[in-house]
Amino acid sequence: MHQNYSSKLLEEAVEEFSSLPGIGRKTALRLVLYLLKQDNEIVERFGNTVLKMKKEILHCRICHNISDTEMCNICSDNYRDHTTVCVVENIRDVMSIENTQQYSGIYHVLGGIISPIDGIGPADLTIDSLVEKAANNSIREVILALSTTMEGDTTNFYIYKKLKDTPINVTTLARGVAIGDDLEYADEVTLGRSILHRTRFEDTFRS
Amino acid sequence: MIMHLAKLSVINFKNYAQADLELSAKINCFVGENGVGKTNLLDAIHYLALCKSNLNPVDTQNISYDAEFSVIQGVFDRKEKEETIYCSIRRNKKKQFKRNQKDYKRLAEHIGLIPLVMISPADYILIQGGSEERRKWMNGVIGQYDRIYLENMISYNRILTQRNKLLKENNNSSASRDVLEVLDAQLVQYGEPVYQARRDFVDRLTPVFQRYYQHVSGNKEEVKLNYFSQLMESDFEAALRSSRQKDLIVQYTTTGIHKDDISMDLGEHPLKKTGSQGQQKTYLVALKLAEFEFMQETMQNTPILLLDDVFDKFDAFRVKQIIQLVAENRFGQIFITDTNETRMMNILKEIPAEHRVFKITKEGIILQHS
Repeated sequence: MHQNYSSKLLEEAVEEFSSLPGIGRKTALRLVLYLLKQDNEIVERFGNTVLKMKKEILHCRICHNISDTEMCNICSDNYRDHTTVCVVENIRDVMSIENTQQYSGIYHVLGGIISPIDGIGPADLTIDSLVEKAANNSIREVILALSTTMEGDTTNFYIYKKLKDTPINVTTLARGVAIGDDLEYADEVTLGRSILHRTRFEDTFRS
Repeated sequence: MIMHLAKLSVINFKNYAQADLELSAKINCFVGENGVGKTNLLDAIHYLALCKSNLNPVDTQNISYDAEFSVIQGVFDRKEKEETIYCSIRRNKKKQFKRNQKDYKRLAEHIGLIPLVMISPADYILIQGGSEERRKWMNGVIGQYDRIYLENMISYNRILTQRNKLLKENNNSSASRDVLEVLDAQLVQYGEPVYQARRDFVDRLTPVFQRYYQHVSGNKEEVKLNYFSQLMESDFEAALRSSRQKDLIVQYTTTGIHKDDISMDLGEHPLKKTGSQGQQKTYLVALKLAEFEFMQETMQNTPILLLDDVFDKFDAFRVKQIIQLVAENRFGQIFITDTNETRMMNILKEIPAEHRVFKITKEGIILQHS
């Protein structure tokens, strides 16, 4: 369905907004009309913020997370445990794990996972930098915290092979029944794994 | 355990704008002329059990022409508990399955809840078609009683797609060789148990099948199902390694369980080449009935049996025999389609089994007899 806009400028703006993920043309029009109603300075601030974000944002040279400084807040925090590195796919995963408040080590952001179908190979990720870091530093444990998909497994396996000849302890997130789930409705594969990888009861209330 | 479909409703499914049927726990016959949609009702039941059509793998092509969505809903009596299964297919959306109003996160979780065996004229493809058809058949049967098999199959196929893509790119970097190593290890991880499960399936099915064949054909020819897999000849991991160079040249994976096949033999020869039409028919009937008994024993649950165009494979005597067995509780619930109403009625008259006959015409469905 093609809509007739009364203004070429309006149409262009709608075009730009609807190029964003999850935004259709109708939503784009609503957002554009909203901005049009605002004072100039508000819209200017909006535009400048986006521009500044894009131009000035950096990637932490240690963990590759998005940061304002060359070294991110987490990597420059001396109170954190720098011998434990948690490998994640992207910044959203860092935020999720930080929100649990259960982790005090540092991170390594891969920037994706290996998937030939999507044209992503190890060279497109920061795996080499992780291996380098592992060789030079005093890292004792690497926690693989990638999605539990086939591609996540491929990437885990790939990293494991690169690290297995080092003294580093490579671990991965536990997989099991979700908290609050009725066993009756738990997915069979997950439940099967939970039985095989059961944990000492004592450990469930200690931490 | 015997489970049955008590109610079936469809909206915008193939030629049906809407249909609601109250079914018999035993025998249900759909009679009517060619092209009125008898098989489509069986296909709706196939959807409810196996999340897909028996005929058309493209879901959206099963939506009525011009409609936006289609809905199939079934109420099953299972262990004296009602189970409502809901399936909706929408254009440009993922199909959705619900069990008692609760969404399935993954369709694979549903497979096996409602075991089903279908006998249809399309079965000839098992003999005539390529090896893919026979693997599909094995997957279809094993997947219903072994959830882990189904999961392994899904994972294996995903890894295989990744590996083939990597082979296509064919850049001989050390990184991509390393990824290939990892993918090989994953193929072994998921492929090995699939191989074991298939071998076990054919081993256990064969005696049941031979017994049925003797019974159905009444003669002494020996029938065989010869399962073949490259994994029989060598260790999967070693085989992948030795075909690596070849794979890189032809740009796809030449070794693995995706090359498995079953040779269907009669005496010393493959049925495809030497079997007569009649022999092939008998072979398929025996195979399908064996599949039924095998699933029933393995799952401790009687599958629903769909007999499409029943006189394609059975004569009147045999149909009567099957219905007799249903009456004696050997089978559970069955669905039969036939073009000839009188023929069906005559058979049913002689057997005191609970049944319903639905007459299907272009105008709609009429409960004829119960």
